[in-house]
Amino acid sequence: MSATAEPQANPLSAGLERLPVHPTTLVIFGATGDLARRKLLPAVYNLAHEGALPERFQLVGVSRGEQTDEEYRQAAIESVETFSRRPPDPDVLARLFAEVRYVQGAFDDPAGYERLDAALAELDEAGGLPLNRCFYLSTAPSFFPVIVERLGAQGLHRHEDADVRVVIEKPIGRDLESAQELNRRVLDVLEEKQVFRIDHYLGKETVQNMLAFRFANGLFEPVWNRNYIDNVQITASEDIGIGTRAGYYDESGALRDLVQNHMLQLLTLLAMEPPVSFTADQVRDEKVKVLRAIPAPDPARIEEVAVRAQYAAGTAAGEDVPGYHGESDVPAESATETYAALRLEVDNWRWAGVPFYLRTGKRLARKVTEIAVTLKPVPHLAFDQAGSVGVLPNVLVFTVQPNEGVSLSLGAKIPGTRMSIRPVQMEFLYGTSFLSQSPEAYERLLLDAMRGDLTLFTRVDEVEAQWRIIDPVLRGWAALDGDVPGYEAGSQGPEQAHALMVGADRWRRI
Amino acid sequence: MTDAVWSADDTSPAAIEAALRTMEIERHQEDSAVPARVLNLVTIVDGDWRGEIENRLARVGRYHASRTVLCAVERGRDTLSARASAHVEGAAVREHVLLEMGERHLPRLDRILDPVVVTDLATAVWAPHGHDAGVDAVCGLAQVVLRDSVDEPDPRAALDRAAQLIERTYVVDLAWLRTTPWRERIAATFDPPAWRGHLRKLSSVTVRHSPESTVAALLLFGWLASRLGWEASPLSARGASLQGRARARRGDVVLRTEPTEQGVRGLAGVTLETADGMALSLDRGKGGLEAWRRFADGREARWTVLGASRGEPGILGEGIRQALLREPTYEPALRAARVLAGS
Repeated sequence: MSATAEPQANPLSAGLERLPVHPTTLVIFGATGDLARRKLLPAVYNLAHEGALPERFQLVGVSRGEQTDEEYRQAAIESVETFSRRPPDPDVLARLFAEVRYVQGAFDDPAGYERLDAALAELDEAGGLPLNRCFYLSTAPSFFPVIVERLGAQGLHRHEDADVRVVIEKPIGRDLESAQELNRRVLDVLEEKQVFRIDHYLGKETVQNMLAFRFANGLFEPVWNRNYIDNVQITASEDIGIGTRAGYYDESGALRDLVQNHMLQLLTLLAMEPPVSFTADQVRDEKVKVLRAIPAPDPARIEEVAVRAQYAAGTAAGEDVPGYHGESDVPAESATETYAALRLEVDNWRWAGVPFYLRTGKRLARKVTEIAVTLKPVPHLAFDQAGSVGVLPNVLVFTVQPNEGVSLSLGAKIPGTRMSIRPVQMEFLYGTSFLSQSPEAYERLLLDAMRGDLTLFTRVDEVEAQWRIIDPVLRGWAALDGDVPGYEAGSQGPEQAHALMVGADRWRRI
Repeated sequence: MTDAVWSADDTSPAAIEAALRTMEIERHQEDSAVPARVLNLVTIVDGDWRGEIENRLARVGRYHASRTVLCAVERGRDTLSARASAHVEGAAVREHVLLEMGERHLPRLDRILDPVVVTDLATAVWAPHGHDAGVDAVCGLAQVVLRDSVDEPDPRAALDRAAQLIERTYVVDLAWLRTTPWRERIAATFDPPAWRGHLRKLSSVTVRHSPESTVAALLLFGWLASRLGWEASPLSARGASLQGRARARRGDVVLRTEPTEQGVRGLAGVTLETADGMALSLDRGKGGLEAWRRFADGREARWTVLGASRGEPGILGEGIRQALLREPTYEPALRAARVLAGS
C-alpha cells in the first residue's frame, strides 16, 4: 500500500446514526463577543450534553482583551448557564471547559498567532495525535480576510494528517466587488473545501424540512412548475425595531441583512431541481443554477422591481414606538432601508413567468417567516359562485417561524342545500409530531463543520451569484433622488410595495 | 395544557374508536391544526404495575408516541373497560387510551386493537412485563416490537426471544440502545486512520456491566464479533463472570464480562487491549465517560468523553424514536451474541 492510500473504512461505524467526528480543536475568534456568548458556547455545550462532540475535543478562545484561561472558563460557563436551551448538567459543563484555553491577541498581530500555534501544538501533544482544527471567525467582517491571511502566514491553514476548516459568518461582503475580494483573499490561503460560509437559516429544521417536503413526497412535484403555480411570496417580517443594533444595522440595511443571504437561500430551496444525491456539491450545484437563472435587475429601472422604506413612528402591541430615526445611535441623515421588497423571476423551463416576491422588514405587524406558493385557479368552474365568497386558488404556505409547519387552503362546500364553496385551511404543524423541540441551528452547523460536511454551507459561486442579483438593487437605490419612503410602525409595510405586484397578485397579510 | 377525557365500562373497540373521533372533532373546534402523527404505541402491562409504566411513558420527553394504547391485564377479568384522553401541550397532542382487560383477551388482542390504533401509522408494541401471548397476537398488526432484553432474567432466553421476534418483525431492544454511546465511542476511538489498524490487533475485550445486564455485555461482544468478522464460540461461566474466546484473523480475542454494582441498568465500562500493548478503557464517570489510553510505547492519557446520562426515560424515548428507523447492525450482533450465550 502506498503512503497516500486511503485507509479502509471503519467497520465499526456501520449502522451508527451519529458517525464519529475526528478529534478536533475548535478555535473561536471573537471569543468574548455576543455571538460566541449567546449562540456558539451554548451550542458547544448542547453538543457535549448529547455526546455529539468528537471523542477528543478542545476549545480555544481568541480575543483582543487580556484574561486568563480561568477567567475565560468562568465567562464561558456563565454564557452557557444564561443562554443554553436546556439547563446545563453541572458535571458536563465543568468537564467541557476544564481545559479551555484563552489566547490573547489582536487579530492582525502575528504574535497572537504564534501563541495560538503553540497552544494548538500542546493540545495535539496531549491528545496523542494531530487534532483537526476548526477556526470559527465570530468577528467583525473586516477581520475575516485578515485572520485567514495570518493563519496562512503562521502555517495554521494546513495540518499534517488532520484537517483545517474555517467557518465564516455573514456578511460575506457588502456588495459583489467586496464579496469577490473577500473570497479571493480567503481562497488565496485556503481551498474551497476548507471554507464553511455559514447561513444559520440552513441549520433550521424547518428549512431542511422543506427539502424533505419537496423531495420525499410525490404529491407536490407534478404541480411544482409554471403550469400550476401562479406566484411565490417569501416574507421575513419582524415586529420589533432595531433595538441596540444601530451600529450594525445602519451599515447593513434590510436588503443585505436578510434578502441577500437567508431569503435567496429559501428561494433556491423552493425552486431548485431535485439533486442527484444529497451530497454537498450536488445540492449546491442545483441551488447555484437557480440563482444564475434569476436575471439581475436593471439599476436604471429599479423602482419597477424593488421597493425600500424606513419605519416611521407608530404603534406596536398597543404601545407608541419611535420611528427609525428616533432609535438610539441612528444617524440623523440615515437613508438605510428597514424594509425591502423585490420581484424576481427565475428564467428556466420550470419557472419562467412565475413572479417570486420577497419582502422583509422591521417593525411590521407581526413576526413571521413564511413561503407562500399560490396555485393557479382551476380552468373551469361548474359551481354557481353567486351568494358565496367563491372559489379561491389553493395556497400552500411553509412557515419557518414562529410555528414550524405547512398549511394548505382548499375549497370545500358550505353545508346547506346549495353547492356553494368556501375556502378552508388545513394547517399542519411539525410540532404536533414527536419532534417537538428542534436543536438550535448553530448546533447542527457546528457539528457539520467539525465533520467536514459542507451541504448546509454556502459555496463561493453561490455567494457571488446572490450578490449578482442584489448588487444592482443597491446601485439603483443609491442613484435615486429624494428621501427613503416611510411606513408606519406596526403596519403591513409601505404602500409603494403594492406596485411590485403583477396582475391580480396581492401581498398576503403579514 | 388541556385534557379531554372519555371513559366507559364493558365497552367495545368500536365505541372506543367513536369516542376518539368525537374528541378529535371537539379539539379541532378549539384549534384547527392537523396533528402530525407519527406512531402508535401499544403497551401491554400487568394491571397492578400500570402506574409505574404510565409514569415512565409520561417522562419520555420529546419523543412520545402520538397515540399510546395501554393494555392493563387483570387476572380473571372478563370485560373490557376503556378510558381515552387527549393531552394537549402547546402544539403537541398525545392521545392515550387505557384498556383494562383480562388474560383471555390477549390471544386475540389484534382484533381489539385494530379499530383503536390510528390507521396507516406505524405501530410499535412494548410489553415490559412479559405477556408474550399478547405480543405474538399483535405482531401482525405492529411493525415494531419494543423490548428490553434486560427484563428477562436469563440472558440466553432473552436473546432467543429477540431472535424469535426478529423473524416476524423489526425489533428495537432497549438493552441494545444502552450500548449505543459505548459503540459510538469505541468506533470513534478507532476512527482516526492512524489508529484504525489497531482493530485488527485486538487481543482482549472486558465488559463491565450491572449484574442484571449480562445481555447488554453479550450484545456488545456480538457487535464487535459481527463487525470485525470474529468467529464466536460459547462463553463459560467463571463465578459471576462469563469468559471465553473469539477467533479473529490474527489470533484469538479473550472476552470477559465483569458484573459491577452501579445502580443503573446497562454497561459500566469496557477495556480493549491489542496484541502490541495498546489499551483503551471507558468507564462511567461524572459528565461523561472517563477514558484512559495506554499507547504501545507505554505512554498513558486520560480524558473525559463528554455526555450527560439519558436516564431510563431517555432510553425509552430513544426506543420510541428508533421505532421509526431501521438499524442494520442489531440482527448480526444478536446472532453472534446468541452463539456466545450458547444458544
